[in-house]
Amino acid sequence: MTPPIDRDHAFELLRQMFRIRRFEEKCAELYSLGKIRGFLHLYIGEEAVAAGAMPCFTPEDAIVGTYREHGHALIRGTPMGPLMAELYGKVNGCARGRGGSMHFFDATRRFYGGLAIVGGGLPVAVGLALADNMQQRRRVTACFFGDGAVAEGEFHESLNLAALWKLPVLFLCENNLYAMGTALGRHQSQTAIARKADAYAIPAEAVDGMDVLAVETTTRKAVNFVRQGSGPYFIEYRTYRFRAHSMYDAELYRTKEEVAQWKQRDPIASFEQHLRALELLRDADVEKIETAIAAEIAEAVAFAEAGEWEPIEDLTRDVYTPANGPQQSAFGGQLKADV
Amino acid sequence: MTKMTYREAVRAGLHEALENDPRVFLMGEDVGKYGGAYACSKGFLEEFGPERIRDTPLSESSFVGAGIGAALGGMRPIVEVMTVNFSLLALDQIVNNAATIRHMSGGQFSIPLVVRMATGAGRQVAAQHSHSLEGWYAHIPGITVLTPATVTDAKGMLLAALKDPDPVFIFEHAYLYPMEGEFDEGALPVDITRAAVRRPGKDVSLITFGGSLWKALQAAEALAGEGIHAEVVDLRVLRPLDQTTILASVKKTHRAVVIDEGWRTGSFAAEVIAQIMEGAFYDLDSPVARVCSVEVPIPYPKHLEDAALPQPEKIISTVRNLMG
Repeated sequence: MTPPIDRDHAFELLRQMFRIRRFEEKCAELYSLGKIRGFLHLYIGEEAVAAGAMPCFTPEDAIVGTYREHGHALIRGTPMGPLMAELYGKVNGCARGRGGSMHFFDATRRFYGGLAIVGGGLPVAVGLALADNMQQRRRVTACFFGDGAVAEGEFHESLNLAALWKLPVLFLCENNLYAMGTALGRHQSQTAIARKADAYAIPAEAVDGMDVLAVETTTRKAVNFVRQGSGPYFIEYRTYRFRAHSMYDAELYRTKEEVAQWKQRDPIASFEQHLRALELLRDADVEKIETAIAAEIAEAVAFAEAGEWEPIEDLTRDVYTPANGPQQSAFGGQLKADV
Repeated sequence: MTKMTYREAVRAGLHEALENDPRVFLMGEDVGKYGGAYACSKGFLEEFGPERIRDTPLSESSFVGAGIGAALGGMRPIVEVMTVNFSLLALDQIVNNAATIRHMSGGQFSIPLVVRMATGAGRQVAAQHSHSLEGWYAHIPGITVLTPATVTDAKGMLLAALKDPDPVFIFEHAYLYPMEGEFDEGALPVDITRAAVRRPGKDVSLITFGGSLWKALQAAEALAGEGIHAEVVDLRVLRPLDQTTILASVKKTHRAVVIDEGWRTGSFAAEVIAQIMEGAFYDLDSPVARVCSVEVPIPYPKHLEDAALPQPEKIISTVRNLMG
């Protein structure tokens, strides 16, 4: 049964999904203009996951993301300007432009990447949670990864370690059914991903990742479980990527019909419909949201365009910590580092 | 000066670190109940408890990665990867995360992580347990690579590494653990940016590190009997490499032999020699030579293993050839 919806909250969820969608569409456009280079992995189709999950965490919690992390950073609260500037490779980007699309970082929001080797973020998340446990902090570490990661040894090692040591990690699998171009059934003997957590005695749940409310409800429950010190929890969000894996992908591995079928379940359109059916949403509301986002994006692009390139003299800066004191964050905030 | 073994020195360093900083903890395979594969943490589980002395599953990638995460989260982890051979299973975390995150995040995050492991051959444990890969690790910017060869460095480098805000990898030569030496309390805290001249000489520089230091010193002693005065340089730190000390020695002796237990092709010795070419080419009286491991998986039988590794006799004959 669907729980009653608070209108403001529903608007916020919708607005956040729109923010991701429009941001990503702009990224695709800027990529074809050559403003953004390298790999660009778009999140279009999967917005309900980040938008529904992210509000369940407090600012003290930690987030570990993957190379498809634009949406997560946006909803976590990193301003759009530094994110766009990062995509441009400008020094006013959220990581001085050094990482680009796959490596968003934001210390002030405990956003630990943007770690782009599949499976490589899981051990780091386990360690962040270990540090919280050892320092008696009731914080949660949210670790996002895709279905491709479940094939990696690091996935299995990390689930075991987190469960063995009862660490406050939330393993969040965004199952979009493809490890780049390899369908789940072509690389996994057990395609019910949540069941893999059973092997490590971790409670797990699969949820419709196209339904933002379901994502939020399930995630909130899991966060509460983890925060109480009951050990890790595992969620499989069943979702779908509408766009190509990256901008280089010719999509030879799936049919147009399959994509079209999933688009019928577009998380934004279906939530919009749902709210309209409840008479919570009118055309004017959507227009208002869209206008505000268009302005935010225009401002972000202007911020990125106005940004400077990092001087070549700074090429090797930050390979090691300089002897003299703390660093300033790239976009002006004084960092409150843990260390 | 007090006499102690290399093992005791490592243990003393770990003990002092655990005692002095509540953020320090030790994790790795068999560091707790077993007392450490090389007995460097014997008794620690009883003394410091299971929170701080953590036995891990055989999951090198995840516990090295967990060390990275714990360091990001404000702890000072010491991760023991039993041997360099097993560190290959953690390469993703070391190369892709530990070494990159500081730079790639624009300096927002640093990783004060210490990883220790045993390295090297000479104990008849065959090809899969005899690697000397510290030279590989020295290839990677973003990490510091230490190779303590003396009992003073065995303890001192660990304590210095814990003060470093970035990842430090310490390679302890497995052959050295039972070695007894003079522990020089006065040398603490040790510098982890400089090489050290372990024996002064004027005729040839023997440049080496780790377990090979003692073979080089043995060779130098024998050469002295022939009237050849070799200077022995202990690199101590492979990254960042102390070019100043290397060049100063070569400019004094005009000849150099680099001794490295790694395989010859692509060896760390090759890097040292390249730096000598770049900085002291016109000071040389002869080509620079190297004594490395023979290009073969290290075999089990003693006579073959001995033949595969750098030995004092090989160093001596190489020096004689150089002297002409």
